[in-house]
Amino acid sequence: MSGFFMGPQTPGARSARLASRRPRFGLAALSGGARRAFARSAPRLSRYAGRLALLLVLLLPLHALAVGNPADMLPDPVQEERARTLGRDIRCMVCQNQSIEDSEVGLARDLRLIVRERIAAGDTDAEVRGFLHARYGDFVLMKPPFAWSTAILWATPLVALAAGLGLILAMRRRIAAVPPAPPLTDEERKRLATLGLPPEQGGTRA
Amino acid sequence: MTPTTRRLLLLAPFAAAAAGGVAFYGMLQGMQSGAYNPRGVPSALIGRAPPDFTLPALDGVDTPALVSADLRALTGPVLVNFWASWCVPCIIEHPQLMRLQREGVPVFGIAYKDKPEDSLRFLRQHGNPFRRLSRDEPGRVAIDWGVFGVPETYLIDRQGIIRWRYAGPITADVLEQDIRPLLRRYAA
Repeated sequence: MSGFFMGPQTPGARSARLASRRPRFGLAALSGGARRAFARSAPRLSRYAGRLALLLVLLLPLHALAVGNPADMLPDPVQEERARTLGRDIRCMVCQNQSIEDSEVGLARDLRLIVRERIAAGDTDAEVRGFLHARYGDFVLMKPPFAWSTAILWATPLVALAAGLGLILAMRRRIAAVPPAPPLTDEERKRLATLGLPPEQGGTRA
Repeated sequence: MTPTTRRLLLLAPFAAAAAGGVAFYGMLQGMQSGAYNPRGVPSALIGRAPPDFTLPALDGVDTPALVSADLRALTGPVLVNFWASWCVPCIIEHPQLMRLQREGVPVFGIAYKDKPEDSLRFLRQHGNPFRRLSRDEPGRVAIDWGVFGVPETYLIDRQGIIRWRYAGPITADVLEQDIRPLLRRYAA
C-alpha cells in the first residue's frame, strides 16, 4: 500500500541519487577499474542494441501492413497515404467499431480497394467520402456529419456543459439565499464569556 | 424546499431506474422477436431507386437474370434478397422465401460472393424461391446497394422505390410482422 503511494516519488528520488553519483562516476572514470567495468558492459549493450534493431526491423513492416495485402496498395505513396488517412475515417460496417483500414473483414477490403480505385481515378477526398456515404449513409463515416438528424449527438456536450453551469449557479444562489445567523442574545454572550471564548457576532456559523 | 418536493426528489432516481429497466426489457423482448436489432443500421437507399446494374444469371437453373431494368416497371411490390450458399442464416430464412414464392410473391435473388457451383448446389438442396436470379461474385453491385452482410432483403414498391431493408434472416416472425403488412401497404 505505502509502496503504491511512494510510487510517484521514487523516480525523483532515484534521479537525485543518480545526480549525486554522476560527479563521483566522472572522477572514478579516470581510474582503470571503472574503465574496465565500462568496457565490460559496452559489448553487452551493443549486443542488446543489435537484437533490438533486429526486433524493430521485424516488427516495423508487420505493423505497417498489419491489415491488407501489399498488392492492394497504390503504387504512388502520396496517394496511398491519402487512401489510408481517408480509410481511417470510414467505418467497417461489419465490425462497426473499426475503420476499414483496421479491419480484416472482406467487405472492409472491398471498401479499401474502392477508396484506392477512386483516388487513382482522380476523385477528391470529399468525392470518395460522398461515394460511400450515398451507399451506406451517415453510419459509414466515423465522424458523423452535422445535420438535423445528428444535432442531438453534436449538441450533447454543449447541453451537458450548460446544465452543469446552471446547476452551479442555482446552488450558489441557494447558498446566497441562506439568511445570516441571528445575532447572539445577551444570555448567549454571557455564556460565551463564562466559557472564556471571545464574544463573536453570529458565532462560528458564518 | 417543502417536504413534498424533497420526497419527490428522493423518488426521482428510482423513477429513472424503473424507466431504464422498462426500456431495457423492451429492448430484450425486441431482440428476441427480431423486431429490434442493436446492430441494425438504416439503409441509405430507402426512398430511392435501386442502383443501375447488370449481372450474369446462374447457369444450371431456368431462372432468368435480374438486372436493374427489371425493378422499374413492376405490377406490385417485390423482394430482392442478397444471399450466399456459405451463409448460415440464409438457410434459416430459406423456408420463408420458399413460402413467399409459393404464395406468388415475386422474390428476386442476388448471390453474393458465391461460387456458381455452390449456389447451384444450395438451390438444388433447399429449393429455388427466386423468380429472377443473378450472381454478384465480385460483390460490387452489393456495395452499390449498401449491403454489408448476407442475408439482406429489400422491398421495392410498384414505382420502383426501395421502401424497406432488412439485414438478417427473415424468420417466420419477420415474415408475419413486417413483410406481410408491407406487401399489403404497397400493393396498390
